[in-house]
Amino acid sequence: MTVEELRELAEKEKARQQEHKNRIMYCSAAGCNSCGADATKAALTKSLKEKGLDGEVLGTGCMGLCGEGPLVKLQSDETLYQRVDEVAAKRIVEEHILKGTKVKENLVDTASPFFSSQLKIVLENCGKINAESIEEYIAVGGYDALAKALTELQPTEVIEEIRKSGLRGRGGAGYPTGLKWGIVHKAKSEQKYVICNADEGDPGAFMDRSVLEGDPHRILEGMAIAGYAIGANQGFIYIRAEYPLAIERLKLAIKQAERLGLLGNRIFESQFNFRIDLRIGAGAFVCGEETALLRSIEGRRGRPRPRPPYPSERGLWGMPTLINNVETYANIAPIIVRGSAWFASIGTPKSAGTKVFALAGNIKNTGLIEVPMGIPLRKVIFDIGGGTLDGTEFKAAQTGGPSGGCIPKEYLDLPVDYESLATVGSIMGSGGMIVMDSTSNMVEVAKYFMEFCKDESCGKCIPCRVGTVHIHGLLDKISKGEATKDDVALLEELCAMVMKTSLCGLGQNAPNPVISTLRYFHKEYDRVLIDPITFVSSGAAKGESIHT
Amino acid sequence: MRHGFEGWKKYLLNAFVYAEIHSRGSFRRNQNIFNFMSQQPTPTKNGHPSGDNRFKLLDRSITKNHSRGDALIEVLHAAQGIFGFLENDLLVYIARSLKLPLSTVYGVATFYHFFRLKPKGEHTFVLCMGTACYVKGAAVIQKSVEEHCKCKLGETTADNKISLIQARCVGSCGLAPVAVLDDNVAGKLTPENAVLRIKQWQLETEQVTA
Repeated sequence: MTVEELRELAEKEKARQQEHKNRIMYCSAAGCNSCGADATKAALTKSLKEKGLDGEVLGTGCMGLCGEGPLVKLQSDETLYQRVDEVAAKRIVEEHILKGTKVKENLVDTASPFFSSQLKIVLENCGKINAESIEEYIAVGGYDALAKALTELQPTEVIEEIRKSGLRGRGGAGYPTGLKWGIVHKAKSEQKYVICNADEGDPGAFMDRSVLEGDPHRILEGMAIAGYAIGANQGFIYIRAEYPLAIERLKLAIKQAERLGLLGNRIFESQFNFRIDLRIGAGAFVCGEETALLRSIEGRRGRPRPRPPYPSERGLWGMPTLINNVETYANIAPIIVRGSAWFASIGTPKSAGTKVFALAGNIKNTGLIEVPMGIPLRKVIFDIGGGTLDGTEFKAAQTGGPSGGCIPKEYLDLPVDYESLATVGSIMGSGGMIVMDSTSNMVEVAKYFMEFCKDESCGKCIPCRVGTVHIHGLLDKISKGEATKDDVALLEELCAMVMKTSLCGLGQNAPNPVISTLRYFHKEYDRVLIDPITFVSSGAAKGESIHT
Repeated sequence: MRHGFEGWKKYLLNAFVYAEIHSRGSFRRNQNIFNFMSQQPTPTKNGHPSGDNRFKLLDRSITKNHSRGDALIEVLHAAQGIFGFLENDLLVYIARSLKLPLSTVYGVATFYHFFRLKPKGEHTFVLCMGTACYVKGAAVIQKSVEEHCKCKLGETTADNKISLIQARCVGSCGLAPVAVLDDNVAGKLTPENAVLRIKQWQLETEQVTA
């Protein structure tokens, strides 16, 4: 395929879309699917047919408001409907499309802060195009960036552009992407690899899944550009087995891109060849760590190894390897097309661009949001999220999953970027944001995360394998009301030890939830502690329950 | 001329040594196959010695991956998809097909949560224990379901009807708390609701037996 052919295809697809007057989009991402999007689709198609209307019903990626599914959008006037069951679907066709009156009961107010406060770059195509059609992706400017990179830019120029944009790794640690690409580019080797880390293991995070389900070609394009920049001809996407729909869509997308010659040999008639293969994970949280992920792709137990050497020097099968997160690759194409200056102007000077968050927990509007970096936390939770459920008091927001921490209400005006979150003891993480209200018990929350880390520890290094078990044991003792002040002191000591001596990120960050709850919610720990002297005299030590 | 002849001689010698080593290697391997055939399943041209046709499906997946050792996880996925779970016999078969030590195959199969070494029940109840579900009360659901089934998460009921499985996060956090009942996601679950669904399964199976 040549650049001209790509443009031609885009025009052809645009003309085809013009022909269909009524294009109805329904959200076919996992959230809406599980509340009956299939039935909605069937009802929409049926009623269109019954009324003899010319129309097209297409499944798109996530539209954002996951708690109110199934969602349906009309392309003609961008009306968004929520909770569209079969009855509502029929009404939409009969009343809105035929008569032009909107169905008020299901209407979503798209002028509300949930929509107006967002800025979409990564998710710009999610919910707008048919996720299973490469033509629709090309019609909205897809693969333009790859064409530009291959025909106009040298690999070093691509890297320079990414470096200038200030893009940082969206997987959590925030390593500058351009710098990483530069290192792999400089490494001397005949074979290099590009890997997309789609092993989104954090509980409560579903951003990567939504991007892969809604806009899979964006990731393929980003990876191909990365391959060109660093000089690799093979890419792997490591994806969780828990995401069957995303796997299916990626497989389809790779096939479509290969058919059109956008992946494979001599892409856009250049000397550049690139192939992408899928590798499916098998349920191990530690495989999100890059060296463990490499082992897993090699078909072994996913156990991390000490770094250096970093994967950028010796990665997959000993070759220099570039590993980036899904969201990072999704940012590449817009940067190449619109330029680094545009991207750098969004967000804060140190953290450029936007971040996708999965809002969940005790909050009114659960779902997928994308906001510019540096936005105050209060705006995310109260404007976009609509505040806590039933107006209960906000207690904390948890970011970064089991490796992150809790942010209490004192820090609600904190700007959301890499550095600010680190100062309060949390991390950006991959983007899960769980809101907790006054009903949540923070000791239990800490225990919950520690149980997770205990189960997921790979067992290679002792601090993590043994330490997490003991931290969990202490937390259990505290939550049962059997612990004294000494136990809390021991807990603090143990956390510091595990943090400093563990081999990989899992162990080093595992104590974070405990430390941050101890820091901000010490009262909740104190409340359940017992005084050893009164404990003995009350007879509780002899086995009688203290709760009586 | 003399140099050319020397070169040829060297080439022939090398080829001979290579063939010798190669044939001896394969000869030894073949002998092993015959030795172990009586006790252990070994891939032959006709698949598994038991004649089970499902092994042909598995063989197809193995050849698709060119019998490469680093495709082990893919092959295990395929095997679990075909057989439902990975029994020891199957692991031995895979180890031999991919020419990997059995310890490696067993190690990988036990490392990842997704692989099951025991059969699962007729119905599966996968309770999501992700943070969002946890905050919204998944622990209460867990308790009531465990009490009703008289077994813990990760186990199967005594009559082999229902497997209770714990998931880390199914990614439907907007609908928390969530459970996946036989591949159908059920959102906004309550303890009563969850137990009711399980009771329905139990009723169904009773009706069938009646």
